[in-house]
Amino acid sequence: MSTQPLYTRAPMPIAGTSTQANREGGVRIIDVVKMYGTQDTGVLAVDHCTFDVPAGEITVVVGPSGCGKTTLLNAIAGFHSLSSGSIYLDNEMLCGPGKLKAEPGPDRIVVFQNGALFPWKTNIENVAFGPIMQGYMTRKEAFEKARGMMADAGLHGIESNFPGEISSGVRRRVEIVRALMTDPKILLLDEPYRALDSLTKSVMHEALLEIFYKNRVTIFFITHDLEEAIFLGHRLVIMTTRPCKPKKILDIDIPHPRDYSVLTTKRFREFMEETAAAVHEEATKAFAAGEKER
Amino acid sequence: MIARDSPEPDWARGYYRAQNKLKIKSHAMSETELTHSRVIASARENTGGHVSTLALTTHRVLQWLQSPRPYLMFIGFSLFLGFWYLAVEVWKLPRFAEMPGLTAVVSEWLSKNPTYGLSIFMEEYYLHIWVSTRRIAIAFFLATAIGVPLGLFLGWSRRFKQYVFPVFELLRPVPPLAWVPLAIVMFHGSETPVIFLTFLASFYATALNTMLGVESIDVSYIRAASCLGAKRWQVFRHIIVPGALPFIFTGLQISVGVAWFSLVAGEMVSGQYGLGYVINTSYTMVRYPTIIIGMVTLGIVGYVTSAAIRLLGDYMMQWRTRELALGGDR
Repeated sequence: MSTQPLYTRAPMPIAGTSTQANREGGVRIIDVVKMYGTQDTGVLAVDHCTFDVPAGEITVVVGPSGCGKTTLLNAIAGFHSLSSGSIYLDNEMLCGPGKLKAEPGPDRIVVFQNGALFPWKTNIENVAFGPIMQGYMTRKEAFEKARGMMADAGLHGIESNFPGEISSGVRRRVEIVRALMTDPKILLLDEPYRALDSLTKSVMHEALLEIFYKNRVTIFFITHDLEEAIFLGHRLVIMTTRPCKPKKILDIDIPHPRDYSVLTTKRFREFMEETAAAVHEEATKAFAAGEKER
Repeated sequence: MIARDSPEPDWARGYYRAQNKLKIKSHAMSETELTHSRVIASARENTGGHVSTLALTTHRVLQWLQSPRPYLMFIGFSLFLGFWYLAVEVWKLPRFAEMPGLTAVVSEWLSKNPTYGLSIFMEEYYLHIWVSTRRIAIAFFLATAIGVPLGLFLGWSRRFKQYVFPVFELLRPVPPLAWVPLAIVMFHGSETPVIFLTFLASFYATALNTMLGVESIDVSYIRAASCLGAKRWQVFRHIIVPGALPFIFTGLQISVGVAWFSLVAGEMVSGQYGLGYVINTSYTMVRYPTIIIGMVTLGIVGYVTSAAIRLLGDYMMQWRTRELALGGDR
């Protein structure tokens, strides 16, 4: 555990960005337990998990595949209920005793592992979907805003295409823009770049950081790629294999804004060295456990 | 490209090699893919942002003509018809003794003065086609209008499924022919029983496929929609219905096929006019070439209805048509 709980700490200054730091979207996860099935025969997915996701920062959760980190994300998003514990968003309880399942809502938008742009809607219809559904914008207003936001993200010219017509990397960017359309407090990214090849991935990382510097939206990012985690994150949470709980939490003090030159710095390698053993150990355990199950 | 004799250090050469590989990779679109995207791009320019369906269709027809497929199809037909001709009229194989030959059928079909009274020049021929098609249209419309909503709700609401699905599954295996007596008792006249039987077969295929379509929708889409603030009925309207559309159209294709199947069965049992009726009466009255004319006509009309539904599906699912067009290999 880190020495002090950093739920709402002073935001880290980012050189070269004038945007006011976001003080919203901090998530506090307190003693969360999630059990699938019944008490006796069930599988423990999340085991007394406690940590903070500071507002206006990128928190990256790293753990072996299938360790239960997605379960945690689903609980924040409101797709799954908890068995016990509680989760707060900006001092408001999302779920906890008496209300074990949060309501999904536009303040916490998920970007899914395999992408969830609606293939039957054009890209701009996808981006404009949230405000239109919530009814606070007319179709025309929403399209206007969507067009502007897509242009800002370098996605001009594909508005009337369908998601099936663009590359998977671009699709991911459209999906993130769709998430930002509704001004969420926190973005929940569930291994969004898993299916991309490593070259596309590196482009996507910088694009994500660029979006983050512009919007300063709080980001909760799940991955099993340690390099990606250190490159993107302000805060790194290394999870144990199933049942998942934080094994090591550390703050990455490499200054933002970052670009790909960070990967070759000494500090970056120090972080890799500091964490690689812990991640590897869990991966080995997960692998061994997988072998036993079969 | 790299100049061969450039004095680069080893690492640089490796770097350039990697860069070149990258280039090759990013340009590794297949030739068809390239033509497709070019066509789409030019079509989009011409129509101000939207790909015209016409341009895509023309392009696909041209591609089809350039491929070996139409010629293979022609050979396939020739082999089939050739065997028929040889087996009946040249070799006179024992099994085919009673069967009308190819030339007999074609000359009867195209005759201005047919021996057995039915050819493309007789008004009655088109009356039979019209009556059958009309029955199909009514039954198919009813089956779709009831089957699609039923399937959507079966897939959407678990409770509704628990009420309805067991009954549905128990009735579904009962063949339409088993309903004939009840249909005749329930409905008066000769028209409604036939339509009812046709409807039944269609209805099961449509409802079942629609339900499977809803169940096939990736839960991420529903979750994403609820994240973005869609209410339950909005999810239904914007996710469930379009998401199930590909399965619905598969269901409709099957449905129109089985509709013809039970229509002919129904027309053979009761009814006046219709292609099933033609085939049945021609049999009892020993007009063998007319049987074949009825069968071939059924084949053609059935194909046309099925193709029409496929076209409608392509039109309603532009996203899918374009995705497939870009996929190249078809």
